[in-house]
Amino acid sequence: MGPLIPQGIIDGGWSYVIAFVTGAFFGMILESSGFSSSRKIVGLFYGYDFTVLRVFFTATITAMIGLLYFNYMGWIDLSMVYFPPMYLWAAISGGLIMGLGFIMGGFCPGTGLCAVGIGKLDAVANVVGLYLGIFLFSEAYPFFEKLYMGNAMGNLRVNEVLGISSGLFAFLFASIALAAFIITAWIQKRVKPVDY
Amino acid sequence: MEQPNLKKAAEAENLIFMDKSKSYINSYLGGVLLGLLLLATFYINGRGLGASGAIKDSVAATVNEIAPGHARESEYISKSLGDGETPLNSWLVFEVLGILAGSFISGALAGRLKWKTEHSPNISIRTRILFAGMGGILFGIGSQLARGCTSGAALSGSAAMGLSGIVTMMCIFGAAYLFAWFFRKLWI
Repeated sequence: MGPLIPQGIIDGGWSYVIAFVTGAFFGMILESSGFSSSRKIVGLFYGYDFTVLRVFFTATITAMIGLLYFNYMGWIDLSMVYFPPMYLWAAISGGLIMGLGFIMGGFCPGTGLCAVGIGKLDAVANVVGLYLGIFLFSEAYPFFEKLYMGNAMGNLRVNEVLGISSGLFAFLFASIALAAFIITAWIQKRVKPVDY
Repeated sequence: MEQPNLKKAAEAENLIFMDKSKSYINSYLGGVLLGLLLLATFYINGRGLGASGAIKDSVAATVNEIAPGHARESEYISKSLGDGETPLNSWLVFEVLGILAGSFISGALAGRLKWKTEHSPNISIRTRILFAGMGGILFGIGSQLARGCTSGAALSGSAAMGLSGIVTMMCIFGAAYLFAWFFRKLWI
């Protein structure tokens, strides 16, 4: 029963090998989906290319439903699966700052690294900036601490907050994504194409 | 009589090569593959994919190398230092090295390996580099506040149905749409 490494079913010594192989697949999937191009990525925000939305939502739904299925079959102990704990205002402000950084830089950290892998120099600047930003945060931590540690809500699950079952949430999430796929396909046809 | 045919063949070949560097896999296929990889990562490792965490580890390692006393005093960096082992020996650092290798392989197979600054024709290379860097800085700060970036918080966190993942995901994409109008000259 999973997860395997936290329960010692796979020896921890393998974890770096597994990490590298996982990352290699991650990089290959991101690159071959087009995420090494910032202009393709930001198409999402200007309506000329919705690749990010399709890949992101499809991946989230696949893994979400997969986890529920694995849990139902008794293959994984969901209580041992990590996700970031909820600190209300830190999650919101952090997300908003990242969104601003996304539209300015055209990359998120994962896609930026992916673009570095094929030689994009703007992505190198992006990753250097990322490094500086994290350094700035760590130096200015006393300033951020109250926001970072405030409004701790623990390991809350979204379906618990909404008061519905995890299965129903997955169904609603998938339905919203499906609607988004259809609507964005309709929008993309009507937006002036951008050559990139 | 042979000339036009040869020309046609050369054109067709050219077209294939031109298309090749811009031909990506189907987005839904990419999404399913990414979702299965994420599921496998959860199953094996108990936590999802990440990216900014590895950069955080390398920041901690750098500060610890240059100014060990400062690193231990820093309330934030000292969290990453742990038991004396270098922060670079982390799952995420190896995963990120894998991202670079995997992306290189995919780019090589598709003919996309090239030193290049990709930018809209309306802006200069300098402007593009400047904004790419500033975007990175903001992503660095935001990812620490939200305890993860698009990979660790938004994608992995949402797939595990964490409230913070869903909230962070909505804020990232919401803010990008909100600010898109102000930065449109950079892109379109």
